[in-house]
Amino acid sequence: MLNAFMSYLGSTVTPGEAGNQFWALIYVLIIFTGVSLAVVCMNWLERKALAHFQIRLGPMRVGPHGLLQPIADALKLMLKEDIIPTEADQFVFWVAPLIGLLAAFTVYTVIPFGPSQAVSDMNIGILFMLGVSSLGVLGIVVAGWASNSHYPLIGALRSSAQMVSYEVAMGLVVVSAILMTSLNASGTGTLSMIGIVQAQQQQGVWFIFKFFPLGFIAFAIFAIAMVAETNRAPFDMAEAESELTAGFHTEYSGLRWSLFMLAEYAAMIAVSSIAVTLWLGGWMRPFPNLLHAPACEFIFSLFPGLTFGGLAAIAVLGTARMPAHSFFKIQRIGLAAFAALLGFIALLLLVIAVAGRSADTSVAARFREGIDYVYWFVLKVAVFMYLFIWYRATWPRYRFDQLMKIGWKVMLPISLGVLVLTAIVGVIFP
Amino acid sequence: MNSAMNSAVSTINAGMAPVATPWFFYVLAGLAVASGVAVITRRNAVHAALALIVTLLSVAGLYLMLYAPFVAGVQIIVYAGGIMVLFLFVIMLVNIERSSKERRFNRMWPVGLAAACALMALFVSAIAKGNKLFPDRGMTLLESSNTQQIAAMLYGESSRMGQYTFAFEIASLLLLVAILGAVIMTKKKI
Repeated sequence: MLNAFMSYLGSTVTPGEAGNQFWALIYVLIIFTGVSLAVVCMNWLERKALAHFQIRLGPMRVGPHGLLQPIADALKLMLKEDIIPTEADQFVFWVAPLIGLLAAFTVYTVIPFGPSQAVSDMNIGILFMLGVSSLGVLGIVVAGWASNSHYPLIGALRSSAQMVSYEVAMGLVVVSAILMTSLNASGTGTLSMIGIVQAQQQQGVWFIFKFFPLGFIAFAIFAIAMVAETNRAPFDMAEAESELTAGFHTEYSGLRWSLFMLAEYAAMIAVSSIAVTLWLGGWMRPFPNLLHAPACEFIFSLFPGLTFGGLAAIAVLGTARMPAHSFFKIQRIGLAAFAALLGFIALLLLVIAVAGRSADTSVAARFREGIDYVYWFVLKVAVFMYLFIWYRATWPRYRFDQLMKIGWKVMLPISLGVLVLTAIVGVIFP
Repeated sequence: MNSAMNSAVSTINAGMAPVATPWFFYVLAGLAVASGVAVITRRNAVHAALALIVTLLSVAGLYLMLYAPFVAGVQIIVYAGGIMVLFLFVIMLVNIERSSKERRFNRMWPVGLAAACALMALFVSAIAKGNKLFPDRGMTLLESSNTQQIAAMLYGESSRMGQYTFAFEIASLLLLVAILGAVIMTKKKI
């Protein structure tokens, strides 16, 4: 039993490649839990960060600094009355949130958190991701229609038009990144997510810096299109609370509504992962070719532990700055316990980093490597998640005709140009 | 047929045996047929469109089982993700209450029936002569390089024209003409 477990930790292939269904199931459960947890964290972070952008405090009452607010929210949503309008199409109304949720979570099968830290590596990885994530729009469209009400229908129509237009530009820049993977000795590119990161590793450059500024422009277009694709501000035309009350989910309440939110945040993480994989080197740490001395390896492997240590320090600081009044006693104890938990995780990660510092093939070393890969991948995705909040706090919503104009008349021509130029430059300077 | 498929698969992919292949085949095929029937029997156009999406997805699953992941991926992106969203977009603008009360079958149904029977006969004869028409010894199930093989077929490799390059270019030219036609028809003045 223990031996089998250790052999999995030291595995060098994905469970899909090894054909091990049990291990694949474990990976699926880990990813599902991790993503759900990330959505919970994101919920809290978004409310706090938005509040701080607007010089407010945000949630402060439920738990220290509102840390338990997402749990309270989830409980409230589960207990709320679940209303299905009488005029609604019952079955479609029921199935719509599930379509979005399924599409958002299916994508995670091929996301490479590391060279072997993925459920499976498909030969058509990026194609699969784009296809399945584009199915998510069906959930929105169908929800808007099934509500049998005007605002949701307008939201659904807007959403479908927006998705179809931005998908074109998105697909073209993805093709330009895939073109870059073919610049090797054999001249054969790849669509596999793991293969794309390995191509960046081989060429020694993240694709965002390749053929500067072509890679950067492609990345920028993808970064804009993915905001539109996930219906987030400033492209949240489908919801547009000031125009359509809540857009496509106006008639939804309780648990069903929360499923839409879960799907939205899961889709945000998924598209950010595509951007990270295609242009930002996926699981690779910064400068893997330049700073590859064992000492550098060791210093970089301390990063996960130090990050959690930093978070723990912030929590300790928060505990110390808590007002001395006896009303805050429980909150102070709670925050101290949270700091202790973070500190414990930091300590654990540091111990693993030290135990697995040798670059051999022992299980400890492999485990340490795995943690490094997942850490760098998640860190890059986290930057995108923060950007999503930042956009929302900064930019006003576009008008629908402006949105269409940008999609078809600016982004599409630029992405076509980038694609053609990438092909030309790739042939001239291989 | 299934046992033949299984043996072929197991000889090629000894290290990566597929899971419950007949089971998946029957589930996907049953789903495709059932939702296909729902497409033509549902009175509500949106329900029919949703059933069509299920059909397309299960056919994509069948492509995956035939070791053609590229075709499966394109099927999902183009049909399920793109075309069906546009279908729904149009259907939602149609007055469904009225259209669901109208008679669904017009007087042309004998012609349709005849065409369907002819197609059925073709399929039955194809299956009856299947062993001669589709020999299974020529199968090359290289899932890992499926995309690359399609590219070699369409574009050719190392200065040699691909087997289908000409047909592919003609098809893309036709699509371009269709796009231009759509633009010209919608614009009154260019």
